[in-house]
Amino acid sequence: MTASTNSVAPAQTLNQTLRAPRSNFNMAMNRLMRSPGAVTGAILVLLFLFIALAAPILAPHDYQAADFSRVRQPPSAEHWMGTDELGRDLFSRLLYGARLSLLVGLISVGIGVVVGAPLGLISGYAGSHVDQVIMRIMDIMLAFPSILLAILMVAAFGPSLNNAMIAIGVVSIPIYARLMRSSTLSIKEELYIEASRSMGTSSNRILTRHILPNTLAPIVVQSTLQIAVAIQASAALGFLGLGAPPDVPEWGNMLQKGRTYILSAPHIVIFPGLAIMFVVLGFNLMGDGLRDALDPRMSR
Amino acid sequence: MTTYIARRFLWAIPVLLGASFLVFWSIRWVPGDPAIAIAGELATPELVAKVRADLGLDQPLPIQFGIYLARMVKGDMGTSIRSGLPVAEEIRIRLPRTLQLTFFSLLLAALIGIPIGVLSATRANTWVDATSMIIALLGVSMPIFWLGLMLIIFFSLTLPGWLGLNQPILPPTGAGTWRHFIMPTIALAAASMAIQARMTRACMLDVLRSDYIRTARSKGVSEFSVVYNHALRNALIPIVTIIGLQFGTLLGGAVLTETVFAWPGIGRLLVDSIGYRDYPMIQGTVLVITVGFVLVNILVDVLYAYLDPRIRYT
Repeated sequence: MTASTNSVAPAQTLNQTLRAPRSNFNMAMNRLMRSPGAVTGAILVLLFLFIALAAPILAPHDYQAADFSRVRQPPSAEHWMGTDELGRDLFSRLLYGARLSLLVGLISVGIGVVVGAPLGLISGYAGSHVDQVIMRIMDIMLAFPSILLAILMVAAFGPSLNNAMIAIGVVSIPIYARLMRSSTLSIKEELYIEASRSMGTSSNRILTRHILPNTLAPIVVQSTLQIAVAIQASAALGFLGLGAPPDVPEWGNMLQKGRTYILSAPHIVIFPGLAIMFVVLGFNLMGDGLRDALDPRMSR
Repeated sequence: MTTYIARRFLWAIPVLLGASFLVFWSIRWVPGDPAIAIAGELATPELVAKVRADLGLDQPLPIQFGIYLARMVKGDMGTSIRSGLPVAEEIRIRLPRTLQLTFFSLLLAALIGIPIGVLSATRANTWVDATSMIIALLGVSMPIFWLGLMLIIFFSLTLPGWLGLNQPILPPTGAGTWRHFIMPTIALAAASMAIQARMTRACMLDVLRSDYIRTARSKGVSEFSVVYNHALRNALIPIVTIIGLQFGTLLGGAVLTETVFAWPGIGRLLVDSIGYRDYPMIQGTVLVITVGFVLVNILVDVLYAYLDPRIRYT
């Protein structure tokens, strides 16, 4: 037994030595796939993505069709999640609501990344007065509790889904700017950046070819977590009546309408809330998993 | 320490000025004439003209901001379009309710969140840890307002149904007695509780891996003493910071909780004012909450520097 183990061991060691080095991406993917939380999160996110894309096929009823003879009916074989205050099928509305929630999440995060990341990149690379000005503006935005700044913006511009989306996106700008700045500050001190600079490479090229690709990992992690925050914030604005118009099947909106009938028809508020919770949970689990996979030092 | 505190407060001045400018400027985002927005759409032309003159709306923007700041410093936040009462007076009446709710929520969150985090860390990678962290993650993912609605269903419908009662166990809305406090406090505390549990677990795991903990264990110190006297005391430094920062976040979250439970605080005042396009009130409430948020964050920084002297010298 001992002899056979001893004879196999050197061969294994040799194989491991000769095996081509694994890329950082492959190692990160491997870590991600081994994390039960991240896999559960990815499944949840993919499920909601599928629901959002296939809503017209999956919805058993027209999500807009009101039936006043069937208002606030509890779940049944015909209406799996019951009907709302206008007799509309709650399950069908919930499926269409997934489209809006994911759209709001993606677009508002997109606004945050597109505006915040370049600001942070410039701030960190340029330093000096440019850094001071940009970061002080970001500090002012961070002085507000995020939901409050979004409320202030929507209250001023007028309640609508577009304005809610923009407000949530604007609120996330300082988060990306700070994140990108701190990554840029550490990367710009690396030896390869100094070498590149001494070879006469332009600042523009250093920023786009060397610094930007190396700062993407924290941005990807933050964006995944931020989609969860954006979905919750959009539902909150919808619940306060500051989001989509009343007839639009947005989950926060549905909760606001159902609130009036909470004691006579609790199903109207139970299901949209569960949908919000599970999609947010999916993005949170995936974000946590990505963070651990891309930066193993952070994993506990 | 005094220098650090002075520096931190000086640092807050431009931030507060900037935040005040953003609030002041927000009225300019409203489509149409800001004077009509402030006086109300039903205001007479004379009143609109008076508002324009009082606020210097025909003056350049820096002068208008100067007038606005001077009024704020004197505590004059204008008059509510909805009630006709001074904004500052209405805020003064409602603010204590919000602070009470926020304080008790934070206390509840800390009393439950920290022990859960410690338990999770001391039993890392067991079913106790997994269950606690799944519950914590659900707590973070659950919308505050939805949890509030679920509590109303549970205490007004489900539990009375089980007990054969015809009335709610806890009042679903309003304020006035300690029973009114329970549901809004739980709803507001849940997310903070989850964050504190996750943070405590992470900090405790970090500390429990330290050399001095290994030394304490090798000297034969009891596990209880290792966890509570040696590890938790050091892990508490970042946890205290998180708790402090949560106070500010909860002030923002109170807007939603107060709406669900019709709690007569400043958050509900803000939401109601939006419905009436009561811009002086919207500006006043947002500014007060923001100033509170900034001040609490400074206090947290100072407390952190007091607990961890390394901060003062960086």
